[in-house]
Amino acid sequence: MKNIPLAALIGLFFTGLFFLMALFAPLIAPYGMAEVVGDVWEPSSSEFLLGTDSIGRDLLTRLIYGGRTTIFIATMATLLSFTLGSILGFFAAVSGGWVDQAISRFVDLIMSIPSLIFALVVLSVMPTTTTILILLMGLLDSTRVYRLARAVAVDITVMDYVEAARLRGEKIGWIIFRETLPNALSPLVAEMGLRFIFAVLFISTLSFLGLGVQPPMADWGGIVKENKEGINYGIQAALYPAYAIAILCISINLVADWILHRTTSLKGGRG
Amino acid sequence: MSEAPSDTPLLKVRGLKIGATVYPTGERPRPIEIVHGIDFDLAPGKVLGLIGESGAGKSTIGLAAMAYGRGGVEITGGEVTVNGRDILKSGLRDVRKLRGGEVTYVSQSAAASFNPAKRIMEQVTEAAIFQNKFSKKEAEERAVDLFRKLGLPDPENIGSRYPHQVSGGQLQRCMTALALCPQPDLVVFDEPTTALDVTTQIDVLAAIKEAIRDTGVAALYITHDLAVVAQVSDHIMVLQQGTMVEYGTTDQIINDPQEEYTQALVSVRSIKHIEKEPTDTPLLRVENITARYRGTDFDVLKGINVELHPGQTLAIVGESGSGKSTLARVITGLLPPSDGTITFDGRTLSPDLSTRSLEDLRELQMIYQMADTAMNPRQTVGTIIGRPLEFYFGLRGKAKQTRIQELLDEIELGEGFQDRYPAELSGGQKQRVCIARALAAKPKLIICDEVTSALDPLVADGILKLLLKLQKIEDVSFLFITHDLATVKAIADSIAVMFQGEVVRYGPKSQVLSPPFDAYTDLLLSSVPEMKIGWLEEVIEHRRMESAGN
Amino acid sequence: MHPILKLIAQRVALGLMLLFAASILIFGGTMMLPGDVAQQILGQSATPQSLANLRESLGLNEPAISRYFSWLGGFLQGDLGTALTNGRDIGESISGRLGNTLFLAFWAAVISVPLAIFLGLLAVRYKDRIPDKLISAVTLTTISIPEFMIGYVLIYWISIKLGWFSSVAIINDSMTLGQKLNAIAIPVMVLTLVVLAHMMRMTRAAILNVMQSAYIETAELKGMGMLKIIRKHAFPNAIAPIVNVVMLNLAYLVVGVVVVEVVFAYPGMGQYLVDHVAKRDVPVVQACGLIFAAVYIGLNLIADIVSILANPRLRHPK
Repeated sequence: MKNIPLAALIGLFFTGLFFLMALFAPLIAPYGMAEVVGDVWEPSSSEFLLGTDSIGRDLLTRLIYGGRTTIFIATMATLLSFTLGSILGFFAAVSGGWVDQAISRFVDLIMSIPSLIFALVVLSVMPTTTTILILLMGLLDSTRVYRLARAVAVDITVMDYVEAARLRGEKIGWIIFRETLPNALSPLVAEMGLRFIFAVLFISTLSFLGLGVQPPMADWGGIVKENKEGINYGIQAALYPAYAIAILCISINLVADWILHRTTSLKGGRG
Repeated sequence: MSEAPSDTPLLKVRGLKIGATVYPTGERPRPIEIVHGIDFDLAPGKVLGLIGESGAGKSTIGLAAMAYGRGGVEITGGEVTVNGRDILKSGLRDVRKLRGGEVTYVSQSAAASFNPAKRIMEQVTEAAIFQNKFSKKEAEERAVDLFRKLGLPDPENIGSRYPHQVSGGQLQRCMTALALCPQPDLVVFDEPTTALDVTTQIDVLAAIKEAIRDTGVAALYITHDLAVVAQVSDHIMVLQQGTMVEYGTTDQIINDPQEEYTQALVSVRSIKHIEKEPTDTPLLRVENITARYRGTDFDVLKGINVELHPGQTLAIVGESGSGKSTLARVITGLLPPSDGTITFDGRTLSPDLSTRSLEDLRELQMIYQMADTAMNPRQTVGTIIGRPLEFYFGLRGKAKQTRIQELLDEIELGEGFQDRYPAELSGGQKQRVCIARALAAKPKLIICDEVTSALDPLVADGILKLLLKLQKIEDVSFLFITHDLATVKAIADSIAVMFQGEVVRYGPKSQVLSPPFDAYTDLLLSSVPEMKIGWLEEVIEHRRMESAGN
Repeated sequence: MHPILKLIAQRVALGLMLLFAASILIFGGTMMLPGDVAQQILGQSATPQSLANLRESLGLNEPAISRYFSWLGGFLQGDLGTALTNGRDIGESISGRLGNTLFLAFWAAVISVPLAIFLGLLAVRYKDRIPDKLISAVTLTTISIPEFMIGYVLIYWISIKLGWFSSVAIINDSMTLGQKLNAIAIPVMVLTLVVLAHMMRMTRAAILNVMQSAYIETAELKGMGMLKIIRKHAFPNAIAPIVNVVMLNLAYLVVGVVVVEVVFAYPGMGQYLVDHVAKRDVPVVQACGLIFAAVYIGLNLIADIVSILANPRLRHPK
């Protein structure tokens, strides 16, 4: 632990804090999620730490529950994109040949359309349920993970030690899990952080556009949408989720940076 | 500039200390010293050879003559005086006048050192012009003159080409022209021929030597190859791990080395190996192999026929692009040939790796040039050597451990290596572990692809001796792929010389290495630098006479 | 033919193929619904009559392939179809909005591109020192906040608290350029912040990559000063990667526009698209999706072509 730089420690602390809040939201939140407890846009007070929202719900409660939804969806989407993307990426890199070509060209195609536009097109006909959102985000983002995983794996599979394993007669399982994966783990874990951030931003954006999480469920993007009119009267309610997202994303970025840095210094050190 | 009397040194180095920063994993970066106090003088017009193995600090010392530290390297102490001025105390402005004006530099890789986006002429004349030594016109005339002196084709027009449009050997000469164009007092040559093929090296070396002589410039010539430096330098300094081991005239260092380390360097590659007689049944028979890479329409191998007998070594010699490594890929099944058959131990090998039997795979092992990339950095030595034992023989637990230790003893590493990671081993130790991994499969044939060329000469010698010893004990055959003829002499029983995808000469060692030669083998053999002063002149003279005779 | 022309022709052909495939994907994306599209669009309470009408107007009674080709054929002739919700011609509705969107993106690019390159150079010049670290910190922050939130933060602080500029960006043809620019000031700031971070990071990486080349060391050993080295040796090699970075980020900008337009109620393509997604107006979504994809693919194509043109190995073949 003593070797972790301060920035990464701060990142780890806040990341942990947010995840704990998400997990134990019902225990921490002072009120019920959809409970109307006061007037419209009440200022912050000892009763309502951050004030109330556009229909008089406690904003802190909304934020905690909103974080729970946002983090849950982002986590599930990241897990999906990660599992799918890295398995396909490794598979393509190790198989090579037409398998690699076919998957890679298909991924190129998906990536030729901006994710948000693609998502909007699909959401114009799909019901916006949590499952659909997770699937859509996970599938779209798996193309990015695929590219990275494949690139990392290709770098590794041209190494002589992988060729040595092939010459020994090892099966594809050993080559992926014993020769390639251990060497690809660090960049992939760092990438996972970035993908998670992207997922948080993406789901918030969709909800803000009214195409993501549907009310009365709370999520950070949705809270902005509900309270955006208040901005014009100088009410900050819509900005709190912005701060929350920024803190979470910066924290994860710090951790990811540290993981990446740790791996590069492993390779690049002199002597 | 060179008004000082000739007995005062052009370059005077006193107590030179150089430091760098290391970044050990999981620790704070800390400074280390890599050169520990070096003294030497260099008179105008003289050539000093700096020789040593990797990590000896020779390039770092060379760059110190330009007050330059590469990467995180920093000059921490001592004096470097050029033409009477201590350049370490000079301001940036003076140092910039020195670099590219009084002292210039020739790097190992001209291909990387030329800007890909600019024409050669512009880069060659650049320093001479902006250091105000010559006008643009004069500088260009000088450049053309130098191109001619250095034996470049079409000297008038070659300058208008881009770096990627000329060959590696030509670009290395252009780099020499770049260094000589501003009429410097001193040129630092940093391994200028190391990256070149041996037949190209001799021409570039001769061109450099002639250019040094004609221009009367002084030079620091840095290399790891004593035979090369013996051809060009007046004095030689032998370095080891940042300290001077021995300093003397070239004659004294080559013919009468005093220090044990220098003696070892001089006598390197003097292993004696008596060739064995061929047996009745060859272990490996390569018949009519023709191969090309997928998506190309060019045969990399054209009708190759060679044989290898049990317990013997067949050396495949050739320069880069000769197809020697491709032959290894074909034999291992990584590249199925378009034509021809390979017979191994009496049975025909399937052309494709994926359809070979486990027995075929086991009996045919491979060792690579770069031991670094041949071992998974996340596996311990025990895992690396243990896997073939487990995979081919199903050894587990205690039996496996015992066998691993036996193998480690065989490669002379001993106890305590099982739990180490490759990063914790030296270059020679890594290559030994790779040998142990190959031996673990109890193979009949091991393909050795340039296994010693990434190693320092003394370490390489140790590996060759080990391989010869193992051949005796295990009765294993080697297919030895190399560009280095000295290695071939040391280890081979029979030799195949490859040139542009064909075997141009093949037979028992004694026969291949004795005259009469075909043209290519002659060129190849005569291009290998010998540890002898005046060798270069002899060869060049000999070739001149021959071409005049034709 | 000069090999470089051949390469460029290949890239253009590839881009067209990609666009064709993207159109299939966009069309297919709106067809992959498990149930009945018309039912989904109109909801459970729809009458059988209105369902049948919708099916008819969507052409759902025909096979998907023939529907696709008639859609694409119309598209190529400039007929983008009619919107389901108001029966208007989509092409007409889009034309003005596309202009507005490009106007916004153009000004964002005009400000962000030079700024990003300048800051990228600055970060390289002071690598690992305070300016570089400050720039990375700001970058990290702006990357970590979604576009719309940057929008509201700026509205709150600049428009509401300071009283500068308007919080909505409504423009029309009767406005002068000055008025228009005043109206889009905050959205342009948001977009600039959004792409600035990426562009700066990538510019910094591209220049650093060049600065670590051996030929830069050669120039240093010729005694050249840093500025001269950058101008004469680094710059010619850094142009291609930088243009590449710029193009990729302009492509990114096109997407950022969608959200920013919604925040500022700006009458552009993005808002039009989002509105009609919510209304499940499939023809509008398809048309807008394809236009966005075309711009995106086009910019990426330019980035590719620039890298080909700038490569001396390709320009001066052996």
